[in-house]
Amino acid sequence: MGLKDAGQYEEEQLRYAAWLHWSTLLGFLTLIGTFVAYVFGILPARIPLERLPQVWNLPADEYLKVTGMPKGWAWVGMLGSGDLASFLGIAILSGCSIFCILAVMSVYARRRDWIYLVLCVLEIVILVSAASGLLSGRH
Amino acid sequence: MPLSTLCRNGAGTGAFVMRCLPLTLFFFSHPAFAAGAGAGASAWWVWPLALFVVCFFLGIVAVPAGVGGGVLFVPIVGSFFPFHLDFVRGAGLLVALASSLAAGPSLLKAGLANLRLAMPLAFGASVSAIGGAMLGLALPANVVQVALGLTILGIVVLMAVARKSEYPHVPASDPLSGMLGIHGIFRDAISGEDVSWQVHRTPLGMALFLVIGFLGGLFGVGAGWANVPVLNLLMGVPLKVAAGTSSLILTTASSSATWYYLDNGAILPIIAVPSVVGMMIGARIGAHLLSVLNASVIRRMVIAMLFVSGVGALLKGLGIWA
Repeated sequence: MGLKDAGQYEEEQLRYAAWLHWSTLLGFLTLIGTFVAYVFGILPARIPLERLPQVWNLPADEYLKVTGMPKGWAWVGMLGSGDLASFLGIAILSGCSIFCILAVMSVYARRRDWIYLVLCVLEIVILVSAASGLLSGRH
Repeated sequence: MPLSTLCRNGAGTGAFVMRCLPLTLFFFSHPAFAAGAGAGASAWWVWPLALFVVCFFLGIVAVPAGVGGGVLFVPIVGSFFPFHLDFVRGAGLLVALASSLAAGPSLLKAGLANLRLAMPLAFGASVSAIGGAMLGLALPANVVQVALGLTILGIVVLMAVARKSEYPHVPASDPLSGMLGIHGIFRDAISGEDVSWQVHRTPLGMALFLVIGFLGGLFGVGAGWANVPVLNLLMGVPLKVAAGTSSLILTTASSSATWYYLDNGAILPIIAVPSVVGMMIGARIGAHLLSVLNASVIRRMVIAMLFVSGVGALLKGLGIWA
């Protein structure tokens, strides 16, 4: 098979890069902003910072049980708490790939590149399933 | 000594970094420090601060050593810090994710990361990473700790013996990569030449990425240590494109496992955020110091550190060392 010009794939590559850049920037700014608000007490914490050394050595499930911290997406309704507000930045960073894949799907559709379009759909299904909590047995 | 002076003196900088990291780890893991940190109610900030400092140094050495931050982070922090391994692995995944996200846009624009190559491999890795994350959070910590120690020792062997090939010879692409249209051209910044590349052994590469993704999700270590050899030595991707595409694959594979850890309460911001920020700042400085640091010496030092932390994880998991 002869090599084709790699430039034909430049559009999707540059679009993916642009979405990755802006979504990552948004994620980092949110992560740092909410964390500063958390540790400096601007947003009150559900678990007092002084109590953390007593619970950060527990397994995750026991930590949730002892502290009563929410599982899954319940934190979204409690963004006024500093320790839960920090999850917003983490969620944005974890969701960057979803935004980027969604952004390039139209390029594949226009080019009738069905294999990569299907690959995008499957990847989105996997990432959204992981994010939704379906794989943890919650709905 | 001011940093500017250190930067003018390459040997001095390397020696400075190499002395600081083990000393920092020794200081923070010393029983007297641990007792002090846990003694007062107001001492909660000591460990996150220590984590930031250690991650800063890990970030500096990770770039010249050619490894991702996650593979250094989990065994070292898991062995020397008081946090439960669940939270260390969750933070390790976020460290790997954040590092790859930060590098991704420039790698894509420069043609050093190839989206067409990354997508099928990332799909398999992200599916198996969730499986790894599920198993990791279901198994007892000591079992994961033992498996982590053995895996890290395996990585030490891989890093010590694996060769690299700048431009591997690929006589013909395989039918699957031909069907997927995986090939490319990138401009080598050093030689100024355009380099065409194609890949072979794609089905075997995909199968190995399933294994790599699983290990990444299980241990939270990222997977650059395995991605690059598979892309470069097995599939025949030029070394620079292999390193860049590995980073792009991590943005998706780490993301799926991170969601699972987040959903199950295994990410603590007080551990994850100082780690990410320390590693990112350190990595930026490491990239700037790349020309003055002795990369082969740093690489050997990192292999030695991984060996010690791998043995530490193994002994901790077996209950021989607390």
